[in-house]
Amino acid sequence: MATQHSRSAARIMMAPAVFLLLVWMLVPLSMTLWFSVRSYLPLRGGDQGFVGLENFTRFVTSSAFWPAILTTLIIVGGVLLISIVFGILLAMLLDQPMWGQGVVRILVIAPFFVMPTVSALVWKNMFMDPVNGLFAHLWRFFGADPIVWLSDASVFSIIMIVSWQWLPFATLILLTAIQSLDSEQLEAAEMDGANPLARFAFITLPHLSRAITIVILIQTIFLLAVFAEIFVTTGGAFGTRTLTYLIYQRVLESQNVGLGSAGGVYAIILANIVALFLMRIVGKNLDR
Amino acid sequence: MGRITLDKVQKAFGEVEVIPPLDLTIEDGEFVVFVGPSGCGKSTLLRLIAGLEDVTGGQIRIDGNDATSVPPAKRGLAMVFQSYALYPHMSVRKNIAFPLRMAKMEQAEQDRRVQAAADVLNLSDYIDRRPGQLSGGQRQRVAIGRAIVREPSAFLFDEPLSNLDAALRHGMRLEISELHKRLDTTMIYVTHDQVEAMTMADKIVVLQAGVIEQVGSPLELYKTPRNLFVAGFIGSPKMNFFDGAEAAKHDAHTIGIRPEHLTVSTTEGMWKGTVGVAEHLGSDTFMHIHPEANPSETITVRVGGEFSATHGDTVFLTPASDNIHRFDADGMRMG
Repeated sequence: MATQHSRSAARIMMAPAVFLLLVWMLVPLSMTLWFSVRSYLPLRGGDQGFVGLENFTRFVTSSAFWPAILTTLIIVGGVLLISIVFGILLAMLLDQPMWGQGVVRILVIAPFFVMPTVSALVWKNMFMDPVNGLFAHLWRFFGADPIVWLSDASVFSIIMIVSWQWLPFATLILLTAIQSLDSEQLEAAEMDGANPLARFAFITLPHLSRAITIVILIQTIFLLAVFAEIFVTTGGAFGTRTLTYLIYQRVLESQNVGLGSAGGVYAIILANIVALFLMRIVGKNLDR
Repeated sequence: MGRITLDKVQKAFGEVEVIPPLDLTIEDGEFVVFVGPSGCGKSTLLRLIAGLEDVTGGQIRIDGNDATSVPPAKRGLAMVFQSYALYPHMSVRKNIAFPLRMAKMEQAEQDRRVQAAADVLNLSDYIDRRPGQLSGGQRQRVAIGRAIVREPSAFLFDEPLSNLDAALRHGMRLEISELHKRLDTTMIYVTHDQVEAMTMADKIVVLQAGVIEQVGSPLELYKTPRNLFVAGFIGSPKMNFFDGAEAAKHDAHTIGIRPEHLTVSTTEGMWKGTVGVAEHLGSDTFMHIHPEANPSETITVRVGGEFSATHGDTVFLTPASDNIHRFDADGMRMG
């Protein structure tokens, strides 16, 4: 019943939700844009007026900017690589019929439901502690010197922690994709003389390409904003300062809201470039 | 060469025995159709021959060599699946070339064979398209193309026409028969459609619950069905069966008469009845007649050409006495 009447009724009923979403998005965005062109130092004189694009140039020319971008890319890339490679392997494993399948699947998904702060603390104190951590015990058991994970292999540690959280998500998406693969295609390939490796490369992997792009798209957007894991482990030290963390430091540690906001605008632009780029790939994949 | 012998082949899924020990020989170059109602084990039997399922017992021999534990790719058979199972991300050309590529054949030879298959099946116009852009009939042809490039010793078809509409099905039926004549290779074809079986087969294997009910040429099965099941399954419309007094007259437990072996008259005949539904096709008239003796039953009659009778008319039926099939109490054919 898409009459004029029912359409306008639908619009009226949707309006509150749309309004709320817009306010939710537009207010912080416009505040960020507003502060980014002002010199606003809360503890050193407050709002000192319009400064044009000075904050933007200062943010980019700071010696911390390019290392932060690089760290961000390394962490995002590393987590994506781990979660997709292991996600595919886990998904294929979980696709096999086995006893207790339901329970195992729920257990595999479980890390996704743990709060980032909690999981980072668990990793920091239970696994990576150089004296009492499980890794330290393991290293000592083999007679090796324990690694001081968070300072000697800091970026890798962060990648591990974040991967542990995001691997379940990738596994879940890839598992549903694998389950939708027509088994007759695999049988046809088997009849055509393809060995298991060739079947994976020519049938399973192309079938998963769409799911993989979706995982990359969604995870990238979330991974660009990783913060809690860095905050509770290294605190941005030892080369783990990402763009997000740099913005946090500018605003709260240096108490320079203007400079931080300019960084925020850069982060928005970066995220949108990535999103646009990935959307295109997904769109191309969806066309087929 | 493609002589396939099944020796006491048996298949069970856990406790459930799908195919009790079964013997069958398929001669080289034969077009064999496995036919039966759904769930009769005909597809399982085909998959056993293909090697996609492991046999529980018995032996499969291809050209005299034991192939029971040979992997599917090494059996030299090609299969066309019900869903076609084309690789959606590859072009038609790559789909057809896939088995050759897996066999690490030279590129020039691959191209030559793909082109030859495309010519045979009229695929050349859309050889660079993806399967998603093709119609059902075209996809079917690509699936056959992928099977023929390997030059297998036998083709296996698993209900290949069931996803096509009626007109296309008829066309593809002819094309497959034509292909068989041209390639002269063994073909095993699974279907639940007895029309496909009758029109295409050199030899029909009628299956029920994993058991072979009868093996024979289409006309053998039509003329001398071994039991009630085959008699009822082969032929369209279905054979009419009579128990009791009528059968006793012929010294049998059950007699069967095909709809085309009954003559209809408006004036005189053996059995009197009223017309229920009359289907006028122009070329034939099918009538469903309720006999006066037992009005709850229905006798189907086929009359060539047009026969003017409508619902409620009284007609008389006379069976052709030399076309009466007699069956004993176990449902087996007599005499």
